[in-house]
Amino acid sequence: MLGWGVDRLRADMNRLLAMLFHQGVLDEQFLQLQQLEDESSPNFVSEVVNIYFHESEKLLRNLRGLLMDREFSDYKKMGTHLNQLMGSSSSIGAKRVRNVCVAFRASSEQNSRPGCLRALELLEHEYCYLKNKLHELFQVRPLLTFPNTFQNSDLFASRFGFSLVYIVTSDVKLRCADGSTESTGSWSDLRFVTMESV
Amino acid sequence: MAITGDSRSQFHVLAVDDSMIDRKLIERLLKTSSYQVTAVDSGSKALKFLGLHEEDDQSNPDTVPSASPNDHREVEVNLIITDYCMPGMTGYDLLKKVKESSSLRDIPVVIMSSENVPSRITRCLEEGAEEFFLKPVRLADLNRLKPHMMKTKIKNEKQEDQEKLEKSEIQSEQQPQPQPQPEAQSQPQPQPSPLLQQPNNNKRKVMEEGLSPDRTRPRYNGITTMV
Repeated sequence: MLGWGVDRLRADMNRLLAMLFHQGVLDEQFLQLQQLEDESSPNFVSEVVNIYFHESEKLLRNLRGLLMDREFSDYKKMGTHLNQLMGSSSSIGAKRVRNVCVAFRASSEQNSRPGCLRALELLEHEYCYLKNKLHELFQVRPLLTFPNTFQNSDLFASRFGFSLVYIVTSDVKLRCADGSTESTGSWSDLRFVTMESV
Repeated sequence: MAITGDSRSQFHVLAVDDSMIDRKLIERLLKTSSYQVTAVDSGSKALKFLGLHEEDDQSNPDTVPSASPNDHREVEVNLIITDYCMPGMTGYDLLKKVKESSSLRDIPVVIMSSENVPSRITRCLEEGAEEFFLKPVRLADLNRLKPHMMKTKIKNEKQEDQEKLEKSEIQSEQQPQPQPQPEAQSQPQPQPSPLLQQPNNNKRKVMEEGLSPDRTRPRYNGITTMV
């Protein structure tokens, strides 16, 4: 049943989010990002998060590259990378990653290479965890935001065993191609559904 | 919401940040608050957008043709919001350059920073920044921007009235520009206001032709024309 399916998805997502908040992986800033999403910018959070992944991985590679060099001494450069990572983590609400950056920076300021190496390991671990969880979150989310797109319709349809679906609003109302019926809730109410191009 | 063709109905903010994420964020925040946004990733790009090139010499206005840098700017900028920590030109450097420019100094500047360093905050405010926001910036923070932008908007509109008036009086000469700053200029600046909006010229002219030139303008300290 449609209503039940959506509710279950929503519950899944909320459970995952709650867990991430509880663990301190995400903080309130992530919620702020979600609040900035609307019809005019329906993929805002995933867009920002993707930029974050892209940038962070580059920075992590740079950090590892610096530290792997036995003759490494450019702590200042390391500090610059760290500040960037700290800033962007803070901007998306990635609290634990940000906190590890702070500790990392302390080791860097002490010019301690072993300290930095340990911190980097921890940082990479935290980052991986965050990335995996956010991916999970986004697998669920597209169906619950403003899914007037092919991609979301496909996902939704395949999940519930329909081949084509046109989703009218974020409440996941289904509408027949001829516009004759709108339905929320039970699938059995629908006679047929067809995909309309966006 | 915006009246098409009338740039006065919408505020335009220039956002400066070298971080792509923060740029995207501030852009979204500003758009959500119904501001027009231009986002650039460096102080030098910001200055270029504002029509100010770094080699402009403020101490020698005679060498600067009246319509020079300001022509490059098609849109009025009502506020600049900039990150503090940026490679090359920092937000503080940008703030200084804006405040040192006769054509740009009236634009309110807001600084953002991820670090809460009191001396940094003081320095920026002393240099003329209107506000200092700690990152991550929230929607609620943006509510503090409007009063600053309103100030400039009203001032610009007054200046435009003045411009129209003078345009109708003076035939072929450059437009003299009264300086609204209490700190009096040591020499008159003959450039027209860079914040003057082209699209509105005709509209306002029709309305304002009949204005009395004796209308008091306390901001200009009684100086209404300079030749």
